[in-house]
Amino acid sequence: MKRLVATFAIAAAGMIAAGSASAQSGKTLEQIKQRGFLICGTNPGLAGFGLPDSQGNWTGIDVDLCRGITAAIFNDPTKVKFVPMTAKDRFTALQSGEIDVLARNGTWTQSREADLGLLFAGVNYYDGQGFMVRKKLGVNSALELNGASVCVQQGTTTELNLADFFRSNNLKYEGIAFATSDEALKAYDSGRCDAYTTDASGLYAERVKLGAVDDHVVLPEVISKEPLGPAVRQGDAQWFNIVRWTHFAMINAEELGVTKANVDEKAKTNSPEIKRLLGSEGDFGKGLGLTPDWSYRIVKHVGNYGEVFEKNVGEGSRLKIRRGLNNLWTKGGIQYAPPIR
Amino acid sequence: MSDIQMRQPHVPWWNEPKNRGFVYQSLLFIVLAFLIWSAVDNASTNMRARGIPTDFSFWNRTAGFDVNLTLIEFSAAASTYGQAFWVGLLNTLMVSVVSIIFATILGFGIGIARLSSNWIVAKLATAYVETLRNLPLLLQLLFWYNAVLKPLPGPRDSVSVPNISFVTPDIVPTIVCAFIGGVGYAATRYARTIGGVAVIVANAIGALLMLTAVAIWLSGVVRFSGKAGIYLNNRGLIFPEFVETADTWPFAIALVVGIVGSLAFRHWARGVQKETGDQMPVALVAMGLIFGLPLLTTLVFGAPFDLARPELRGFNFVGGTRILPEFAALMFGLSLYTASFIAEIVRAGILAVNKGQTEASSALGLTRAQGLKLVVVPQAMRVIIPPLTNQFLNLTKNSSLAVFIGYPDLVQVFAGTVLNQTGAAVQVIAITMAVYLVISLVTSFVMDIYNKRMALVER
Amino acid sequence: MSDQAIGSRIAYVRREAGPTRPAPIMTRGVFAWVRENLFSTPMSGVLTIGSLLFVLWVAPDTFRYLISDAVWQAPDGVACRAPGAGACWAFVAAKFEYFMYGSYPRGETWRVDVTLVLGLALILWLLIPRLPRKGMAAFAFFVVYPVVAFFLLRGLEGVLPIVETNLWGGVFVSLLVAAVGIVASLPLGVLLALGRRSQLPFVKFFCVVFIEFVRGVPLITVLFMANTMLPLFVPQEWTPDRLLRPLIGVSLFAAAYMAEVVRAGLQAMPKGQFEGAMALGLPYWKMMRLIILPQALTTVIPGIVNSFIALFKDTTLVAIVGIFDFLRTVETARLDPVWAGPTISTTGYVFAAIFYWVFCFAMSRYSQMLERKLAAGRRR
Repeated sequence: MKRLVATFAIAAAGMIAAGSASAQSGKTLEQIKQRGFLICGTNPGLAGFGLPDSQGNWTGIDVDLCRGITAAIFNDPTKVKFVPMTAKDRFTALQSGEIDVLARNGTWTQSREADLGLLFAGVNYYDGQGFMVRKKLGVNSALELNGASVCVQQGTTTELNLADFFRSNNLKYEGIAFATSDEALKAYDSGRCDAYTTDASGLYAERVKLGAVDDHVVLPEVISKEPLGPAVRQGDAQWFNIVRWTHFAMINAEELGVTKANVDEKAKTNSPEIKRLLGSEGDFGKGLGLTPDWSYRIVKHVGNYGEVFEKNVGEGSRLKIRRGLNNLWTKGGIQYAPPIR
Repeated sequence: MSDIQMRQPHVPWWNEPKNRGFVYQSLLFIVLAFLIWSAVDNASTNMRARGIPTDFSFWNRTAGFDVNLTLIEFSAAASTYGQAFWVGLLNTLMVSVVSIIFATILGFGIGIARLSSNWIVAKLATAYVETLRNLPLLLQLLFWYNAVLKPLPGPRDSVSVPNISFVTPDIVPTIVCAFIGGVGYAATRYARTIGGVAVIVANAIGALLMLTAVAIWLSGVVRFSGKAGIYLNNRGLIFPEFVETADTWPFAIALVVGIVGSLAFRHWARGVQKETGDQMPVALVAMGLIFGLPLLTTLVFGAPFDLARPELRGFNFVGGTRILPEFAALMFGLSLYTASFIAEIVRAGILAVNKGQTEASSALGLTRAQGLKLVVVPQAMRVIIPPLTNQFLNLTKNSSLAVFIGYPDLVQVFAGTVLNQTGAAVQVIAITMAVYLVISLVTSFVMDIYNKRMALVER
Repeated sequence: MSDQAIGSRIAYVRREAGPTRPAPIMTRGVFAWVRENLFSTPMSGVLTIGSLLFVLWVAPDTFRYLISDAVWQAPDGVACRAPGAGACWAFVAAKFEYFMYGSYPRGETWRVDVTLVLGLALILWLLIPRLPRKGMAAFAFFVVYPVVAFFLLRGLEGVLPIVETNLWGGVFVSLLVAAVGIVASLPLGVLLALGRRSQLPFVKFFCVVFIEFVRGVPLITVLFMANTMLPLFVPQEWTPDRLLRPLIGVSLFAAAYMAEVVRAGLQAMPKGQFEGAMALGLPYWKMMRLIILPQALTTVIPGIVNSFIALFKDTTLVAIVGIFDFLRTVETARLDPVWAGPTISTTGYVFAAIFYWVFCFAMSRYSQMLERKLAAGRRR
């Protein structure tokens, strides 16, 4: 009996990941450098945002953001461990120090910062809740969904937005809530529901899972604001800045026309803005605890925001999402980054 | 003789059973108290650090989400999390009670079928039991929901049940059918007196003739026409709703009179049986009273209800009553799975009745069915009831698997949606567990009373 | 009338037995069997014909769907989507590794195989009554094996690459949950059963409350509790592994049921065994260890196997807390757009059903065999 208990104690001790939440500025970066890799909380499987293939290779814009951070720190985008997080545990894991950064298409809300002790470092995808229906229904607007059955994942803000939308438009509906988005999607696919609702990006990603992509349309209405972005713990301003400026560096790179392919070439140009971005003028990495060429490393290894977008969710991917709100501010979108100077 | 003395053996105080017991218990108490204290302490620290609510104030807050099956008034705008709890609880109770009824009927049938003298019936029942009880319930639920629901058409191509009407049977076909059936019956009777291959042939022909006669007669009497307003599609089974009219009252009164009358008749019949030993046709009279009287009122007053027929409008049917596919899948899964266990309990219970009882009942001239009903089953019930109670409780607990197929039961609505919306994990899970515990205790209590009434009165 | 008077009137007395004639054809052989078992009454005859018609109605379609019309080989779901196609076994073949190991790295799956084979060998050693040295087998299975399995599966820094538990899945995780449940619940259950029958009021009270509480609530709520509340109950810097949480929940749940099984065994022990042991002066734990438990546990082995069957079926519920057990991998694989089609669900479920059925049926047969054997031993 005693031996058995001892065995279990050993096993349990081995399985408990001991990490401690740090509250001092600079401590997170120090820990990461010591550990030799970044721990990034991701979606367990959402195409375009965080999705492992059968070999365990991750893809997605959230994943690429983490790669960018890693590249800035280590000059090596592979020194990152991705930990898939369910919607339920993601914030706890971040608070407890199990992960360094949570890049898991999380919505930036007031209560998450004020009550949960998180900080959102930026918005790497402007999203909103939408509806997907079968094309053959001939529905063109969410306002035509009176009397429809809608499949939804339970316990999310999605479920509340859904109720709000139909109530405020005086429409009737039948909401069927499932424990996971997979089950909800399956029920939609089987015809149990007329419509499926989640964040618009999710709709495009899930549509790929349905096989015949063209049989389903995403309706134009967006019924909520869902700014998605990476989050960190409060209390370490330096780490917060690293995450935030990794994102901004990628946007600035796109704005300045610096891409993964031409970054070496561009480094030689005379434009002061590009020079500051790529670290050949001034030392903007110092304040972040990084090297002067930190953003050069990001673009070199991962690419600029536009490239990452196109590759993972844009026209170059299976999702085929238009840039829309996520275009640069100079091109009709609202992606805007403060200058590096 | 006093040199043999009972000497109290010397026991050190720490080995004194009383003291040792005290020490053991205090130790257990201290360890438990420490564990509980540290758990509570950790929980309160952690919950404060993570901004998790620790009180029950969420109970009266507006829920803001909808539930697609509610037995009480519920709306996203006006209802609270507390009302969501009641919605979930009532849904759990509803699916449990309905499933328990079906599982019990089916379980008794299959349990008795397993003991049937008919080889093929017994084997089919055995196959049923051995298949269903060796498969995880969740797999069965998913099968019913995903593999049976999926092939059903959408609302626009619903399967529609036609109106069924009965016409007065023509005299000639009726006589012909009666003749065919009679020949079949005679053939099976005749088969008992002959030998050889002819037995099988005569029996098979006889049985086929009887089945054919019934089929032909029914096809002459039953007419299908139009739509009955009953539709089957992947949104569920939709059928007309009964709407009260002015003529509902006589019907309802007749129904009540019928039920009361048959109860009274049963009471009287029992008295007669005790006095004289004569048996009255209780079932027949009760059927006549319960079905006949209301039928009579409809002949006098006309139809007692209006039917609100469902109509396809937009995406779904509007009006009528609907059985959700989630409910149906859960009910099928729970009933069929639990029936396989009940069947085994019933079989064991019947086998536990001494064979002499069956033999004695045959010796008294009771038929096999009468012997089963009057002698064997009442005695078997004593063995059957305790494990049966357990199965009822298991079924109720298993109804929590609803969460996998989207049926809004207590776990799905309360421990799922409400928990996620409020974040009050500890409170919500504690309440959920308490509810199941109370259901367990109440059921055990009720079945205990029943059990005591059924128990052998010992002299 | 006297005997002589009768005797004088007898004209013929047979001296030897006449030639034996076979029994009437109706009472022997196939005919008798058929008459007795299929057509004993007209009602029985109708039932027989009806049942036969039912079987004839169902069987050919089932055969067509599962065997003759099934798609046995295909690179993707196109052939399976053809109208009239039956079960898509090619889908099972393509996903077989995923069903077995989940996302466990493909190069490392040999570690899972080794663990399973090792465990199977030990279980057979334990379960086959003829094999000797059960004590050693129990020690190896309950003490050595869990440690070896743990390091084999998870890896050891520098020796075997670490495989995080979030990659574990499939049949392997189903077996793991069931095995951990049984290994942990057996000793816990014995302790709880002893506690429930203890003379010490507080110990008894605690055990009764624990057992009745756990048996009164559904496993799902226990899993919920383990998943969301366990991390709250431990100091903040510990984060119990995501797989460890349901394992703890399942173990506690199984322990309460196991306690009732063991208690039945203890109650069935004749009082003389306790009294004999006490008369020999054995203290409580020695009495239990040497006299009572060996006998009580042997008599309830069928019960233990039955609760293992129940536990094995219940492992499917861990999917609710995000663990990829076998059934969940089937559920996930169904959604793969490469394969998705009308027959995929049924195919996946039929495959899962065959797996669970073979497993559970074999175990229940084993338990019945044991029961008969034990009953034979006790019969006088």
